[in-house]
Amino acid sequence: MNAIAETAAVEAAPTTTFGNTVMDCQVQKIFYGDFLAVRDSHLPIEKNKIIGFIGPSGCGKSTVLRSLNRMNDLIPVFRFEGKVTYHGQDIYDKKVDPVVVRRYIGMVFQQPNPFSMSIYDNVAFGLRLNRFKGNMDERVEKALNGAALWNEVKDKLKNSGLSLSGGQQQRLCIARAIATEPDVLLMDEPCSALDPIATRKVEELMLELKENYTIAIVTHNMQQAMRVADTTAFMGVDISQGSRTGYLVEMGATQRIFEDPQEELTRKYVRGEFS
Amino acid sequence: MLGEPWHRIISITSTDPDRSPARHPGGDYALDRGFRGIAWTSAALILALVAYIIVEIGGKALPAIAEYGFGFLTSTTWNVQEGHFGILPEIWGTLYSSLLALILGGVFGITIAIFLTQDFLPSRLAVVFRTIIELLAAIPSVVFGLWGIYVLIPMLRPAANWLHEEFGVVPFFGTSLSGPGLAPAALVLAIMILPTVASISVDALRQIPYKVKEAAYGMGTTRWEAILKVMLPTAGSGILAALVLGFGRALGETMALAMLIGNSNQISLSLFAPANTLAALLASNFPEAGEVEVQALMYAALALLAITLVVNIVGLAAMKFATRKFEAER
Ligand SMILES: Nc1ncnc2c1ncn2[C@@H]1O[C@H](COP(=O)(O)OP(=O)(O)OP(=O)(O)O)[C@@H](O)[C@H]1O
Ligand SMILES: [Mg+2]
Repeated sequence: MNAIAETAAVEAAPTTTFGNTVMDCQVQKIFYGDFLAVRDSHLPIEKNKIIGFIGPSGCGKSTVLRSLNRMNDLIPVFRFEGKVTYHGQDIYDKKVDPVVVRRYIGMVFQQPNPFSMSIYDNVAFGLRLNRFKGNMDERVEKALNGAALWNEVKDKLKNSGLSLSGGQQQRLCIARAIATEPDVLLMDEPCSALDPIATRKVEELMLELKENYTIAIVTHNMQQAMRVADTTAFMGVDISQGSRTGYLVEMGATQRIFEDPQEELTRKYVRGEFS
Repeated sequence: MLGEPWHRIISITSTDPDRSPARHPGGDYALDRGFRGIAWTSAALILALVAYIIVEIGGKALPAIAEYGFGFLTSTTWNVQEGHFGILPEIWGTLYSSLLALILGGVFGITIAIFLTQDFLPSRLAVVFRTIIELLAAIPSVVFGLWGIYVLIPMLRPAANWLHEEFGVVPFFGTSLSGPGLAPAALVLAIMILPTVASISVDALRQIPYKVKEAAYGMGTTRWEAILKVMLPTAGSGILAALVLGFGRALGETMALAMLIGNSNQISLSLFAPANTLAALLASNFPEAGEVEVQALMYAALALLAITLVVNIVGLAAMKFATRKFEAER
């Protein structure tokens, strides 16, 4: 419960720069050991918008995304230099507990990864973790509805989450992530393991979810970025220093990035001239 | 490049009814068949051996079964002169000592497995640690017995007697520890099943894919929440297997128990009272047993076999249930 108290304090802090910026990610350098993976990138993330990360493989999209809720702290050699503010509070500040950060900034991964528990327990997991006292059944149903999965599983909530198909598992993971109603949802190629129909379902879902949440999504699929993202950030790889370092090339309204990019590199990438 | 054109393979196989159609012809077949034969023969031999042992013991026990019937299992005396045989105290002692060992060894073994797999130690140190624990399994039973007699019992005695004096009303501390007894036996048993429980639990925990751990931390769990609420349940059926095997091992352990448990025909809840187990009874009575007592001992052996079998079957069923309930069916 003190987690909640802490956010209240965080929320009271003055919001910075942009009017509706929930998160402001200012990367100076991100290292894995000695390897400089990402440098100098500034990515403001606006409330109730979907921001899409695109770029060639290895440019650091996942690395940046995972820096936004300190998931990378699991990797011992990971080192972040810079600042990520969430409602004005730097989440890399020493006094911030990464566990609390992850409760407010949820994550959906590339591979569906439900727990080996019942469907119900999967969705209720975060609620129980946060010692939710209200009507559990109601919240579970709401989350499953939110993830467009309720109708498919309402009669088998006691079955294992792992007994579902890949696409259903991914939507279960989304339900699990939104059950606690986190503020921001990070999604790392959430559709890469799904067929086109399940992909469309998840995309529709994202468009619904952004009413209440802020979403950051990494995708390799440019059509997908065009369909769902309000803002698109294109990252590239800089090989001039003899190493492969990712950086933000350009960021803006999705339509502008795809139709009228300012940078030559972006133009080439969105035309599919390299990948 | 395949060795021969398709139509030729078809024509070969279609004229040879022994061969399933459209497979690669050649020496692999003979090898394949040979190995399959060896595998089936070994499996059959093992089954035959088990059946033979049961039949043989059963046969030898038959006179005793006819003589004492079901009362053998519920009576509490073992008197060779008067021809009274009963093994209830031994059944009680076997289950009680094994259960105590399972609780101690289980908790300790699972804790060690967590410690070794959940990034508490640098991986190289974890390997060293694991090897040391597995070496425990290589220590002969009789050495554990000697250690129990000369080190453990003298060490336990002051604490046990203090507990008895202060909390004697509690049934578990109802007697004092004068020498061999249930507590030292169960402690040694716990140490003996530790390597089994720990190493199988380590395997179960290590098999959990990294993405599960990520999912847990992604939900905002602390390290202990991730371990207790996600990792342990995920490894559940494997850990259950570890416990069942550990329990089975404890049920049948003989030498150390014969040295430490006190070989006394009584049923007591007290941890410090001497007791007896089926395996210890067999080991200590066989050498000097006459024909009638041997028959009774065979009956006792059959009872031990049955207990072990039931434990394993129940364990397997529980594991199946856990797997079916919480893991993907493939
Ligand atoms: N755990 C790690 N340890 C060391 N280096 C890593 C680690 N994870 C990523 N990297 C490196 O950091 C760089 C960026 O990786 P990242 O996974 O962020 O790329 P990405 O843009 O998500 O690529 P993709 O589109 O292929 O998923 C790569 O060069 C990669 O090799
Ligand atoms: Mg990636």
